[in-house]
Amino acid sequence: MYPIQVKRTLAPGVRLYEISAPLVARKAQPGQFVIVRVNETGERIPLTIADYDRKMGTITMVVQEIGFTTKTLAKMEVGDALLDFIGPLGNPSELRDSGTVVCIGGGVGCAPLYPQVRALSQKGVNVITIVGARSAEHLILTRELGRYSNQLHIATDDGSQGRKGFVTDILKDLIEQGTPIDQVIAIGPMIMMKVVTGVTKQYNLPTMISLNSLMVDGTGMCGSCRVTVGGVTKFACVDGPEFDAHQVDFDEQMKRAAVYRDQEAKALARLDCGCRNGH
Amino acid sequence: MSEKPKKKPLVKVKRPMPEQDPHVRAGNFDEVALGYSAEDAIAEAERCLQCKEQNCKQGCPVEVDIPEFIAEIKEGRFAEAARVIRRKNNLPAICGRVCPQENQCEQYCLMGKKFEPVGIGRLERFVADYALQNEQPEESPARESASGSGRRVAVVGSGPAGLTCAADLARMGYQVTIFEALHKSGGVLVYGIPEFRLPKRVVQTEIDYVQSLGVEIKVNTVISKTLSVDELLDEFGFEAVFIGTGAGAPRFMRIPGENLIGVYSANEFLTRTNLMKAYLFPEYATPIRVGRRVAVVGAGNVAVDSARTALRLGAESVQIFYRRSRDEMPARLEEFLHAEEEGIEFNFLINPVRIIGDERGWVTGMECIRMTLGEPDESGRRSPVPVDGSNCEFEVDTVVIAIGQSPNPLVPRTTPGLEIGRRGTIVADEETGQTSREGVFAGGDIVTGAATVILAMGAGKKAARAIDAYLSAKY
Ligand SMILES: Cc1cc2nc3c(=O)[nH]c(=O)nc-3n(C[C@H](O)[C@H](O)[C@H](O)COP(=O)(O)OP(=O)(O)OC[C@H]3O[C@@H](n4cnc5c(N)ncnc54)[C@H](O)[C@@H]3O)c2cc1C
Ligand SMILES: Cc1cc2nc3c(=O)[nH]c(=O)nc-3n(C[C@H](O)[C@H](O)[C@H](O)COP(=O)(O)OP(=O)(O)OC[C@H]3O[C@@H](n4cnc5c(N)ncnc54)[C@H](O)[C@@H]3O)c2cc1C
Ligand code: SF4
Ligand code: SF4
Ligand code: FES
Repeated sequence: MYPIQVKRTLAPGVRLYEISAPLVARKAQPGQFVIVRVNETGERIPLTIADYDRKMGTITMVVQEIGFTTKTLAKMEVGDALLDFIGPLGNPSELRDSGTVVCIGGGVGCAPLYPQVRALSQKGVNVITIVGARSAEHLILTRELGRYSNQLHIATDDGSQGRKGFVTDILKDLIEQGTPIDQVIAIGPMIMMKVVTGVTKQYNLPTMISLNSLMVDGTGMCGSCRVTVGGVTKFACVDGPEFDAHQVDFDEQMKRAAVYRDQEAKALARLDCGCRNGH
Repeated sequence: MSEKPKKKPLVKVKRPMPEQDPHVRAGNFDEVALGYSAEDAIAEAERCLQCKEQNCKQGCPVEVDIPEFIAEIKEGRFAEAARVIRRKNNLPAICGRVCPQENQCEQYCLMGKKFEPVGIGRLERFVADYALQNEQPEESPARESASGSGRRVAVVGSGPAGLTCAADLARMGYQVTIFEALHKSGGVLVYGIPEFRLPKRVVQTEIDYVQSLGVEIKVNTVISKTLSVDELLDEFGFEAVFIGTGAGAPRFMRIPGENLIGVYSANEFLTRTNLMKAYLFPEYATPIRVGRRVAVVGAGNVAVDSARTALRLGAESVQIFYRRSRDEMPARLEEFLHAEEEGIEFNFLINPVRIIGDERGWVTGMECIRMTLGEPDESGRRSPVPVDGSNCEFEVDTVVIAIGQSPNPLVPRTTPGLEIGRRGTIVADEETGQTSREGVFAGGDIVTGAATVILAMGAGKKAARAIDAYLSAKY
């Protein structure tokens, strides 16, 4: 069992958890993820490692409540324990140690971005961070990201904080102002990563994204997480989750994410009516 | 011995196995074969000639003392029969159900020369089930020898190879820890082979037995990610490691359309259903999508299991597509017949070339090409050759690819100094499981490529013996 040590609300429907998992914390690195199963009837879901504390033996995750499992998790409290917790899975990020990197986070994507921003900054890289969200109240971790960024830019859809517009508007400005950029890292909703990639392709800027495909085992056993990269099928869990954005077939990924939409609605209805047998 | 007077008429055919009606069972996940009654078992045991040559035994990879245990059944001493089997086989309730007996013990049975062979597998299953139901498990089974004297051995993977190796080492007095990547132990026995062929409670009882020997099982531990083989040896105090990580990586066909929605690897399809219990959705939270018309590509056990699972999940029609003919089909005969009875259609000498989808990316059909058999290939089987211009389309909305599995690459990729074979297998000595690294042994599907439960167990057994020899010599 893996006890919840800390639970904190960061934004509406977004919570941070610190989970006690010493063996995972011992090895965790930026870019990796864990697979979690909340209880005996639960699904296995992947969540990115947002931070880790090797001494305390804890892993931090930031979770957006979008469906049955993430909402079930939200009902758990400090002292409750997750049944299964597997990791660290996937490959660690390959981070540059010089130059300028633009780090773009959308929504909860800011959480997995955070350890990368911190690591880049500690290596002496010039970090320019752009974060985006629907509105001010949905922004997360801006203070933490700001601490390790040479510049922090904010964009909200409604203009309630920072600039009104999308993260790509700021990215385009930076490029057009002639900022020397060696690499772009983008983590967030698939559509955001696709749009960012559209921009960086135009300017030939190397870009890394982190895919959140559907997964089951997370160890290369099922192929649920497959994605076309450079015309070749890869498994996001063992070959990724980070890939060269210019090679990724985003449209295929976005279609694949919709496979269980009907069933997910059914599962969620069960949770919302508060009963256990789906009436 | 209990030689019966020769008066008894010779019964030429096997005592039939009581089974669920095909129409009923196609709609549930309960076990298909119900098992012999005591009366059935004694009647079948009486068909055994108790021959001196004991041909049957040479067909069993773990050399179960077949005539001996059958003789006990004849006399109604079922518990004694169970003890005879357990001398050689740790997992009889499983082997009795899933061994390909027609190519192993029963193939060599003398009765089989003229008539049907003795139903050795059915008898083994009967005895094992009897023991599970009627015997009180011993509190702490006696250790057979003390040569291990508490030294620590790590076993990676909890499939039949790992479980057998761990159990044997525990009996020799070693302190054994199994590390399993998934949240549940059992390997293919729990995530692959379906409930209706191998009930999970049977597997769990066998795992409980292994744990009762003192073996500790640590689930949720991916060796190469959570811990490495080197850490087990250098930092965690294990003096030898057995690797039994199986052949778990799915193969795809590399044809257009394979990433459309509704295309599954057999591994994913079966894992969602068996391990995650998607057939109980939404009570269990993992979903699975089964359309109305399902195509399964391949004709091994994995394909047949997938097809029968799809039927039970509610598909209206399920078709198997196989590029060779019925004679080359690798699935067990019994399971092929079961599948046919349940209404699975088999298409032979045909192979998919493309999967077709709509604009949302969902599968709508599959284009295939007819095949014909040409010259024998390296495996000795006549190889399939496409027939030009014979393309045709099938209307399907789900495709399950079951054309084989490759060795799981995680441990091979991250363990320096481990010699790897051409197909990604770990190179290990056939008799001992010794790998190119000192103190590291391997066996089961990770060494042979996808094979059988009993061969994996045999490899686990040999490796246990070799590990004992290695550690005894070292101290
Ligand atoms: C490597 C990886 C890392 C991830 N890291 C995080 C993280 O740090 N924080 C976080 O909140 N989420 C993360 N996700 C996504 C997370 O796994 C899903 O949100 C979760 O599985 C949803 O489960 P659910 O039962 O609550 O919702 P469901 O009922 O399963 O889904 C609800 C809706 O979300 C969509 N959806 C389902 N699964 C995913 C997915 N994997 N990615 C995107 N959309 C999905 C569905 O299409 C559906 O519309 C990550 C995914 C991957 C693959
Ligand atoms: C659907 C299906 C049906 C089958 N039907 C039959 C049948 O009827 N009769 C028959 O004899 N055989 C059958 N087989 C084949 C048989 O199941 C296998 O040959 C046998 O299970 C191999 O045993 P194993 O112990 O080598 O590996 P597995 O059973 O594959 O077990 C390996 C275990 O190692 C774990 N693992 C992998 N990597 C790691 C890691 N890095 N760290 C920790 N753990 C790890 C896996 O999660 C798994 O639990 C079937 C196989 C399948 C898939
Ligand atoms: S273990 Fe398998 S091969 Fe051996 S006797 Fe039993 S059924 Fe036959
Ligand atoms: S070969 Fe057949 S008949 Fe002879 S002892 Fe073995 S099981 Fe009995
Ligand atoms: S999640 Fe199963 S192979 Fe990647």
